[in-house]
Amino acid sequence: MPDVNITVDGKKVTAPTGTLLIEACKTAGIEVPSFCYYPNLSLQGACRMCLVRVEKMPKLQTACTTVITEGMVVATDNDEIHQARKSMVELLLGNHPLDCPVCDAGGECELQDMTFSYGAAESKFIDIKNHREEQQWSPVVYFDRPRCILCYRCVRVCGEGMDVWALGVQNRGVSSIIAPNLEDHLNCEECGMCIDICPVGALTSGAYRYKTRPWEMNHVGTTCTHCGDGCKTTLGVRRSDTGMEIVRGDNRDKSGINGDFLCIKGRYAFDFANHEDRLTQPLIRKNGRLTPSTWEEAFQLIGKKFAEVRDKDGGEAIGVIGSTRTTNEENYLLQKFARVVLRTNNIDHHRTADFPAFAAVLSGKPESTATMRDVFNAPAILLIGNNPTDQHPLLAWQIRNNVRLHGARLYVVNSEPIKLRRQATIFSQIPEGAEARVAAFLGGDDSVLDALVTANSNRESWTGLRETLRGERNLVIIFGSEIRGDAVSVLMKFGGAIGAKFVCLGDYANSRGAADMGLYPDLLPGYQAVAQSGKFHEGWGDIPNAPGLNLPAMLERAKAGKLKALHVVGANPVGRLGLNPGDFSQTFVVVQDMFLTETAAIADVVLPAANAYEKSGTFTNTCGDLQIIKKAGEVTSVKSDFEMIVRIADAAGFDVSKLVPFSRGSRADMGQSRGAQSGEADQHRVWLEANGLEPKMSPFDPMAILDEIQRLVPGYDVSRINLLAGNDQHTSLSNSGRGAAHDANLIVPANNDLFSSGTLGRYSRTLNSVLENHHKNPAEAEVAAD
Amino acid sequence: MALVVKAFFSMKFSEQFENRFVRMLAHYPTKRSVLVPTLLYAQDETGYLSPEVIHEIAERLELTDLEVENVISYYSMLTKTPRGKYNVQVCTNIACLVRGGEELLDHCKHKLGIRNKGTTADGMFSLEEVECIGACSWAPAVQVNYDFHENLTTERMDEVLDEYRAKN
Repeated sequence: MPDVNITVDGKKVTAPTGTLLIEACKTAGIEVPSFCYYPNLSLQGACRMCLVRVEKMPKLQTACTTVITEGMVVATDNDEIHQARKSMVELLLGNHPLDCPVCDAGGECELQDMTFSYGAAESKFIDIKNHREEQQWSPVVYFDRPRCILCYRCVRVCGEGMDVWALGVQNRGVSSIIAPNLEDHLNCEECGMCIDICPVGALTSGAYRYKTRPWEMNHVGTTCTHCGDGCKTTLGVRRSDTGMEIVRGDNRDKSGINGDFLCIKGRYAFDFANHEDRLTQPLIRKNGRLTPSTWEEAFQLIGKKFAEVRDKDGGEAIGVIGSTRTTNEENYLLQKFARVVLRTNNIDHHRTADFPAFAAVLSGKPESTATMRDVFNAPAILLIGNNPTDQHPLLAWQIRNNVRLHGARLYVVNSEPIKLRRQATIFSQIPEGAEARVAAFLGGDDSVLDALVTANSNRESWTGLRETLRGERNLVIIFGSEIRGDAVSVLMKFGGAIGAKFVCLGDYANSRGAADMGLYPDLLPGYQAVAQSGKFHEGWGDIPNAPGLNLPAMLERAKAGKLKALHVVGANPVGRLGLNPGDFSQTFVVVQDMFLTETAAIADVVLPAANAYEKSGTFTNTCGDLQIIKKAGEVTSVKSDFEMIVRIADAAGFDVSKLVPFSRGSRADMGQSRGAQSGEADQHRVWLEANGLEPKMSPFDPMAILDEIQRLVPGYDVSRINLLAGNDQHTSLSNSGRGAAHDANLIVPANNDLFSSGTLGRYSRTLNSVLENHHKNPAEAEVAAD
Repeated sequence: MALVVKAFFSMKFSEQFENRFVRMLAHYPTKRSVLVPTLLYAQDETGYLSPEVIHEIAERLELTDLEVENVISYYSMLTKTPRGKYNVQVCTNIACLVRGGEELLDHCKHKLGIRNKGTTADGMFSLEEVECIGACSWAPAVQVNYDFHENLTTERMDEVLDEYRAKN
């Protein structure tokens, strides 16, 4: 678009045609205040704070609704404007209670800031303020009507942004009020966007209100630990009796892939960390009962037992189950520990997507995966299976707002009339379980066509859809776990031919990371077959080269009494699969977890683990975007899974410097000392040096393993500085190993919805209170579209 | 999330309403634009906008019930509570004010024994103080439902009310 030149406060500003004056000023570093204007929401022009003087126009103009035109001369700050804004603040304060000392927003309130800037301390108004009691609209949303300044941001973000339309404006003029959709309470997705976007303390959160003051918290920007989308969430932490307590989650840092968005889980469901059922002491089974013990005793016992089983029965007698919520570094370390220390390939995790099949197709195809940001910018999207509104709230937000703001074309194929159909250009409902047939049909197999036809589609509509898709350039194809096994390659072949990019949807925060880091019995990190250990062999020495047992096979072997030891890290197979505890009577079970899950309850040793909000590392979201996680909360007496694994290896008599590449001194052997017999050079040191990174000094430093991941796992060689700065870095699968074909039945979707989140959800008071509330007030879950 | 269908009984409007509704739909670029006239015609038939009527219209126009209620709350001519058979709207805006509109309103209150926005016990009359109804040349003026009564005095007002009472 051609640029337009304007002058603001004597500064020359150039911006594209169609830019709003308020935005043009922002690009020039000139702040024009506003309450009601919010980027990417419809214009309101309600608050009159952004008044500016535009030459040759008779009155002050609202910068938020004025589109710039060539030669426009604007003044944003003079006495006249100052007075106008001051009057606006004075009017707003006319009925606004001055309860700032107890208001949640006090200290981060836009009205406070504006009053500070423009001063309206003296008021001409002497009327008694019109008070209304606060109202609870849902377990997490409270409304203080007198504090509301009627900017309508909440109404717009709920309707336009979320497509929920649960908030409205009733009456008019001075009598206007914000109203929830069910008279005195809300029926909505409880995302809390309205609270986050509220410039004052009118909408407050049930999880945070009256708990602390903003300035008493430290704010830690990290990655959410719930679904696979990888939103950045800012955790407010405060010192507590047992360490650092997380008291708030929000997205005040809008720099993440989620921009303005967070769902209920990212915003409120950090409270599992403070749950009183949290394990805080290692437990050892003594005389049949789990008895508190010391860390030292626990590690010694585990190390001794693991080494014993390994030496007597061989590594095949040990099983390891990893987690979809531990960091990449922990997952990498765990499989390395299994293979190098326990000498077994019996390692698996809860698989929720067919990433090995995905990787198999992507091998040798760079630029074929879409980032979470791409989903917001792509001109067209094909979504097959899944229900992102429930299972991938950020992905749904990206899709919805791409359609709304960029006019993207959305094609939805689903067996249910999922909510995203409302944004779809074409919605095709298919019989349940027919997703693979859709892939086949798109791939050119017309014999499956009859099986796709339903009451609202016919043969012509399907062939029409295929033609339309073939004509799309830069399509992003997103598919759920319904597409697995062969269907993955069939679908991707179709997409590959038209230059599409792909997203394969996995369910948990680090499901993708668990897969990428090789929590598979037959695959090493980077989807490398175990028999072709290549680079890993160089660093790790010999590892067993026959594929190990997958999860069901391990359980079978346990039942047969032949699995002598089982190491479970952050997983609950007994509860999830409803296993019989008796099956493990012959097995020495070690569980690292936050809670006494069904699996922990049958263990011989239980180690209390830190969660993702209490440690550092990285997560890979379902799109393959790598992000940093930072330690926010702290509960004394728990340890990170990383440290526990290292300590167990140490107790098993293993030289941990061979497990975690940490320095034992300041002298780096760069290989020179061995001269011509190089090849024996310390590759890791050479790599560190080449990348300007220093050797890590502690065996418990996850960054040491990140170094090794970046060195050895294809696609993870992203910019470290960007990663550490908190930016999402896209990993590529194009140089990965060949992947593998797995039994499709091994994939079991988590089926979490907006208000559930596996074990974490079970221990989140907020999620449970919302669930109870929805149970109590069963209203229609989906509202009509606007 | 599953779709749950609310079990409202379906509304019956007159054929005239339905014909008008279909015609109006074509007059506007979006469905929601036809909301205000539809609400008015519906209110003419049902007397007031009950939750059932609101839900029915919301469904037809693909809006939420809340949005329909927002619009109703904005316009004073739309009501969610039952009114009398004859809605007496007394103008007290400038022209009527200086020609005795206020007295007329007070007179009606006493005569009917109700307050502003009240309804007589027999459901015959309701009373409402309104802004300008565009009859300034013949002030003071009163509008009963859609009929105008102009150049009123308290005596003339009594006659008007009696006429309506007699009609029933």
